[in-house]
Amino acid sequence: MWELDKQGVEDLATGAAILGTGGGGDPYLGKLMAFSVLEKGMKIEIIPPSDVPDDALIIPSAAMGTPTVLIEKISKGDEVVEAFKRLEMFFGKRIFATMPAEAGGVNSVNPLTVGARCGIPIVDADGMGRAFPELQMTTFHVHGIRCTPMTLVDEKGNVVILDAVDDLWAEKLARVVTIRFGGTAWIALYPMTGKQLKEASIHFSLSLARDIGRSIREARAVKADPIDAILNVTGGYRLFEGKIVDVERRTVTGFARGAAKFEGIKDYDGSELVIRFQNENLVAIRDGQIVCSVPDLISVLEMETGLPITTEYLRYGYRAVVLGMPCNEKWRTPDALKVVGPRYFGYDVDYIPIEERMRSRG
Amino acid sequence: MGLRIGIDVGGTHTDAVVLDEKNLLIGAVKTRTTPDVTSGILAVLSRVLKVSGIDPAEIKAAMLGTTHCTNAIVQRRELARTALIRVGRPGAEAIEPLVEWPIGLREVIGDIKYLIHGGHEYTGEEIVPLDENEIRNIAKELRDKHVEAVAVCSIFSPVNSDHEERVAKILEEELESIVPITLSYEIGSIGLLERENSAVLNAAVVKVAGRAIEAFEKAMVDAGIGEAAMYLSQNDGTLMSAEYARKYPIFTVASGPTNSIRGAAFLTGLNDGIVVDVGGTTTLVGVLVKGFPRESSIAVEIGGVRTNFRMPDLIAIGCGGGTVVKHRDGDVEIGPESVGYELVSRGIAWGGDTLTTTDIALAAGYARIEDPGCDPRRLKGLDRAFISRVVNKILERIEESIDKIKTSPSPMPVVLVGGGGILIPPGDYDKLKGASKVTRPSNYQFANAIGAAIAQVSGQVDKIYSLETLSREVVIKDAKESAIKHAVDAGAHPSTVQVVEMEEIALPYLPGNAVRIRVKAAGNLTIA
Repeated sequence: MWELDKQGVEDLATGAAILGTGGGGDPYLGKLMAFSVLEKGMKIEIIPPSDVPDDALIIPSAAMGTPTVLIEKISKGDEVVEAFKRLEMFFGKRIFATMPAEAGGVNSVNPLTVGARCGIPIVDADGMGRAFPELQMTTFHVHGIRCTPMTLVDEKGNVVILDAVDDLWAEKLARVVTIRFGGTAWIALYPMTGKQLKEASIHFSLSLARDIGRSIREARAVKADPIDAILNVTGGYRLFEGKIVDVERRTVTGFARGAAKFEGIKDYDGSELVIRFQNENLVAIRDGQIVCSVPDLISVLEMETGLPITTEYLRYGYRAVVLGMPCNEKWRTPDALKVVGPRYFGYDVDYIPIEERMRSRG
Repeated sequence: MGLRIGIDVGGTHTDAVVLDEKNLLIGAVKTRTTPDVTSGILAVLSRVLKVSGIDPAEIKAAMLGTTHCTNAIVQRRELARTALIRVGRPGAEAIEPLVEWPIGLREVIGDIKYLIHGGHEYTGEEIVPLDENEIRNIAKELRDKHVEAVAVCSIFSPVNSDHEERVAKILEEELESIVPITLSYEIGSIGLLERENSAVLNAAVVKVAGRAIEAFEKAMVDAGIGEAAMYLSQNDGTLMSAEYARKYPIFTVASGPTNSIRGAAFLTGLNDGIVVDVGGTTTLVGVLVKGFPRESSIAVEIGGVRTNFRMPDLIAIGCGGGTVVKHRDGDVEIGPESVGYELVSRGIAWGGDTLTTTDIALAAGYARIEDPGCDPRRLKGLDRAFISRVVNKILERIEESIDKIKTSPSPMPVVLVGGGGILIPPGDYDKLKGASKVTRPSNYQFANAIGAAIAQVSGQVDKIYSLETLSREVVIKDAKESAIKHAVDAGAHPSTVQVVEMEEIALPYLPGNAVRIRVKAAGNLTIA
């Protein structure tokens, strides 16, 4: 068990933005909420998956809704305490711990506040090891864990307990409730046992996010290259260094799709890289050849600062380093690749792990 | 329309110009910015009237771009004891107000904050009703705590400002002395924390802005132009009346760079292009779109505080006319330290001991400075290869910033303005990468003061409208009309006001039932 202090929250938020691979939402608000609970003297306690008894009840938590409302209607803070109480009544059992469903972006940080306010630990694990655009894109789903029963709560005290026939219905009904709540909801979903957690989740993703953030901070403090520091921690590869020369985007059914083209500089002079994205970065293509694809991680970082550039802020003129990082092994099974592989996103190619691609390039 | 005076206060220099009806330059003066700012403004005002040789009675308007508010925030001086009232309970408790402010700044303004019930949904419906007793109790405390200014910020006030306005009304009833109240919906846009920060900063500088305006009014009387109308220039390149500026002084914080960009447009006749404003300590690169500076779309920090009101999109390079140049391990190091206005005592050409970018420009032979104290012969010992490496490095940094601020690879016209415009060798103008043409117009060193003098007046609206009960046409008409009304209220002549910008953004994940509309209207100043 370890405790997260203010610096730890800061580091974790930085790392989560990089694991967000261009999407996942800005962890800024989630970070401030965590600061607030720390200032109130509450504790953020993180436990490894091995500390969870097999029969314990674990419920991941998250915020849901449109970013425009999230940044305006700041939440009450303890909404989810009520949501957890109701779920405990529903299951007739105490909740042992919470955890993020998604380690990339804003929803990696939100469960920290939830755990602190409910006085329960947060498991050092999640269901993605990164960010993904759709609710079923979790290793929980791949292992047959259902999204419902779930609860949704708002700042006014409204509580909805939802038990849907399948996860698709859960998504549809939850969306309607969220709109009626005023655009945002705090949710508790994917209830599971400790045994399921150990099998179905990606382990140590919170400490990975924190380590990434810490390595960037420490590298900058001694004026070392923050990119090298990230690669050391993640086992990733420097895919490209270049300047963004073109960005095209279109919004299709709630998703921002598009592509960014980079012109190589320094060692990459004369070469070109294209990244295709749908909220998150999906595929990186160098001079016509794929060099990295989902579910492996592709992050675009500002060259000077090592800080991530999200897909919505990609624009002409940015000097950036593109990193490719291996995803968790759980995503590399045939069943998992059906959910998050390149074909699911419309690219008719086989998934080849980034380590193999790099080896074959020499 | 008679004569106008434009004054712009920069970090190093305070400049003034007099323009006639046809915007022809009658006189221009440059003086040193003084630590208190005000005395420098007074000096430049009387000098520019003198060199112009005109009858002061002919001056019909005076436009001032000043750093009073910026300095007050950055130096944490003269800030008002400010209370914040956040309207949003039962929600809005998860993040404490002012939590990310630098501690020193928070303490200087008193760190007084209240959270009360109220606020609206994005649809404009009440979340919960306002509790009037809560507000009356706070009013009592504000009196006891000797609060000098109040900021009020309610959830979704850009959609429905009713709760903010009612809080203000009750406070005015309860507080016997007149305490200025800033309502957040009049300052910033969607994003509670940034809008709240913006409102608190505005409230905190109301006092210092009021004093500056009074001092300027007195100076105008002393200079014999007391009858002229007075305006302040604001961040978006337009003017506000003194009366409006007393209420919304925060809109002056980036007026300097904006005035330079507008002045560059005027001096060259360009409506679209890149402006490079070389100052004493920094060089600012901005973009001119349809004659106005492009606005930043992301949160801008002021004095370490995240805000979201309209600010020009700028890239600052730590390299101006007074920037220190060093030789280190065979490499050239430029800045970010600067000798600023001490250039004339510390620069090598002035007999000082610090090598600056201006010394390099003099040594390279393309700059000439009319100052008896400045003798380029003192630079004889400098290595030619070193000089050209410094010149190239400065060029590279400017080129990179020009490239970063553009939105496409196609070359654009570049205008050089500002006192340190000497940094780019005229011989290299046609070599500047990314530029279709480089111009340094005559009077480039007065672009900022000219920009202040020629400014228009505008009004802006940024609101989320629910389309559940109103049609799209109705809400667009409403937004346009309120932008035009804001412009007229700010002093624009009604017959000249036009909508210059309109943007409509559908809210993601809320299909079809809400839209965010931003409208800006601008017109010529009414001059009696």
